[in-house]
Amino acid sequence: MALLQISEPGQSPDPHQRRVAVGIDLGTTHSLVAAVRNGVSECLPDEQGRVILPSAVRYLLDAQGKTRRTIGFEALAAQAEDPQNTIVSVKRFMGRRLADLVDASKLPYQFEDQPGMVAVNTVAGVKSPVEVSAEILATLRQRAEDTFNDDLFGAVITVPAYFDDAQRQATKDAAQMAGLNVLRLLNEPTAAAIAYGLDNRSEGLYAIYDLGGGTFDISLLQLSRGVFEVVATGGDSALGGDDIDHALAEAALSGAQMQAVTPQDKRAVLVAARAVKEKLSTDGNAHLSCKLSGGMLSSTITRERLQELSKPLIDRTLVAVKRVLRDAKIKPDEVKGIVMVGGSTRMPAVREAVGGFFGQTPLTDLNPDEVVALGAGIQANQLAGNNDKGEHLLLDVLPLSLGLETMGGLAERIIPRNTPIPCALAQDFTTFKDGQTALAVHVVQGEREQVEHCRSLARFELRGIPPMAAGAARIRVTFQVDADGLLSVTAREQHSGVEASVVVKPSYGLSDDQVANMLREGFTTAEADMKDRSLREARVEAERMLEATRTALAADGDLLSAGQRTEIDALMSNVGQRCDWGDLDALEAATKALAHGTEHFAAERMNRGIRQALAGRTIDQV
Amino acid sequence: MKLDADDFTLLGLPKVFALDRASLDTQWKTLQSQVHPDRFAAEGGAAQRVAMQWAVRVNEAHQRLKDPLKRAAYLCELAGAPVQANSNTAMPADFLMQQMEWREALEEADSADQVQTLSAEVASHRQARLARVTQLIDQDANHAQAALEVRALMFIDRLSDEINHRLERYEDGL
Repeated sequence: MALLQISEPGQSPDPHQRRVAVGIDLGTTHSLVAAVRNGVSECLPDEQGRVILPSAVRYLLDAQGKTRRTIGFEALAAQAEDPQNTIVSVKRFMGRRLADLVDASKLPYQFEDQPGMVAVNTVAGVKSPVEVSAEILATLRQRAEDTFNDDLFGAVITVPAYFDDAQRQATKDAAQMAGLNVLRLLNEPTAAAIAYGLDNRSEGLYAIYDLGGGTFDISLLQLSRGVFEVVATGGDSALGGDDIDHALAEAALSGAQMQAVTPQDKRAVLVAARAVKEKLSTDGNAHLSCKLSGGMLSSTITRERLQELSKPLIDRTLVAVKRVLRDAKIKPDEVKGIVMVGGSTRMPAVREAVGGFFGQTPLTDLNPDEVVALGAGIQANQLAGNNDKGEHLLLDVLPLSLGLETMGGLAERIIPRNTPIPCALAQDFTTFKDGQTALAVHVVQGEREQVEHCRSLARFELRGIPPMAAGAARIRVTFQVDADGLLSVTAREQHSGVEASVVVKPSYGLSDDQVANMLREGFTTAEADMKDRSLREARVEAERMLEATRTALAADGDLLSAGQRTEIDALMSNVGQRCDWGDLDALEAATKALAHGTEHFAAERMNRGIRQALAGRTIDQV
Repeated sequence: MKLDADDFTLLGLPKVFALDRASLDTQWKTLQSQVHPDRFAAEGGAAQRVAMQWAVRVNEAHQRLKDPLKRAAYLCELAGAPVQANSNTAMPADFLMQQMEWREALEEADSADQVQTLSAEVASHRQARLARVTQLIDQDANHAQAALEVRALMFIDRLSDEINHRLERYEDGL
């Protein structure tokens, strides 16, 4: 096969050249980036040697009145002084509307109630959570590029398993806005299981209990060599350590008969509460003190008091745990091990409650702050094609049921929760009035029967249905969910073939132009020419395609007729030439033509792979 | 192998109702490890699209064969005796009487124990019917009769769902 490995001058002939791929844990409280180096996944530190980046972005005006932003520790340090412009825990706002935020009044921000997603008004203008998250991601991307002194091939971004479609889509958009090629949205519990190498320990069911700053996730994973199968998942995407801070702050304030009035007060008391909570993980009691506009707030809090305050929240997590076990028809003692993830699982009360429920001591040997990023780093390395041995297979499920609004405001379930993904399901609907020519489609996600209690994901209209008697039209609505858990919906009238489809996307009150501008202005270094960057990215993409095609031809070239082979060779050499021209449009067109021209070949290869798999042989044995 | 091959052929399994769950799951994972889009993350859009189609199809087949009722209905359909769950709802009178009795029992039950007792009764009835389905499909090849049993089982499953829903509410202390 050596004959096939011809490379053009200037192209990398080395098939073992590593692609830099990273895993990013975009957390409520802090975010991390990890990558596999020398065969081991490790979190990448910043210049000061810190791996953690606080998920905090501060917008400010400099002396000339120009807007500026600080990210991470520097922003966090300013949160008490400038709470309205310092955005922390932004993950809780991703894909959410103002009405979804239960604690909005206790937060120091000026919220803007925008359709689709809430936004925050700052000195630098209205900022959507997607944009704020993109700042954090771009900082981590920069850190990774500096570490490796190379462009990134791609990134795996982790999300809570319980994130709905709007939250996932918002996360993916933030990553794209930060200029990252998203290889996969990976569920945090699965990432943790990968980091623990649970697939190598022993076969069985594991529970991943992930209590972070703002989200709670519980997932049951069935593990066997190399396969991570999510059996059931559940949780609460608005429950976490932040809520315990709020409860502590409330208790301290009401004990002292004081109130947090100003935005500064609100932030100060939350910061103090969090410090006390962390201290109580090791100490029996701690002193809460902070300066408020109405005077000094001072209070001593014991560990017992904290336990009492956090009990309702911990109990809520256990209700979710019970529900997941019930979904999977599993009893607590059938679970082989419990993995603790997220900073909030450092609280002794949490560990005791979870250990007590399952009747065994949970696993806590990896740093709960780093474990998700470490697992994502391993997965990114594999998806980038760096690791040809020991491949993991991740079989995920849909976390929340998907459905449509039907007559009377009821939600009709199309895909039930915990259905393995990717998946597609279709359901037929009809018109209810004579001569009806349009049908409104309202896509919702959630477990409740009333549409108003579910999350509204998208509304669209199927128009141009030929007039028929009521009930005669046959409208097939197809839901397709990809491996990232992202939904697209198509509606088609079967007799006339009229079709409408929508990629479900929340609106952030930003036009596509604005997003493109942000990309240009925000996330490229001042001296780097945007066009240059686009061309470089297009070259990377083209080379990726060429390399993939070469590998495919080397493995399965015999599936092609001489004519088909000549055609693909021509398309490849076309892409090769355009790589050197420096004409962006021509290069993109050539790459697209190659993608299109290899579709049939891709289908044939897949077919062969399946036949071999069914025959119990792997490619290596053929 | 084609995307439109039947579920059993696709997963390389015998066309029987008494399917071994472990080998079904093994075949599902073997196939997914070939076709899952993650395997093609570093490849172009063409490979990704094909992978997505196959991964969807393999999951669909697995979901259908995993569920006894869906599997039975599917076997009936393959044999030319579709269950017609939506258009054909005529059931024998004694079956309907039984259903009504159970539903009344569920209405009147006012403790978790009573619902639990009803649940056990319905479950054992379901088990007996599933055994008949096994006989009808795998031994007698009487798919028309099996389709009747499947329709009855669909009623029973709907009732079981309601029973489970009630039990969950008791468990959650509501």
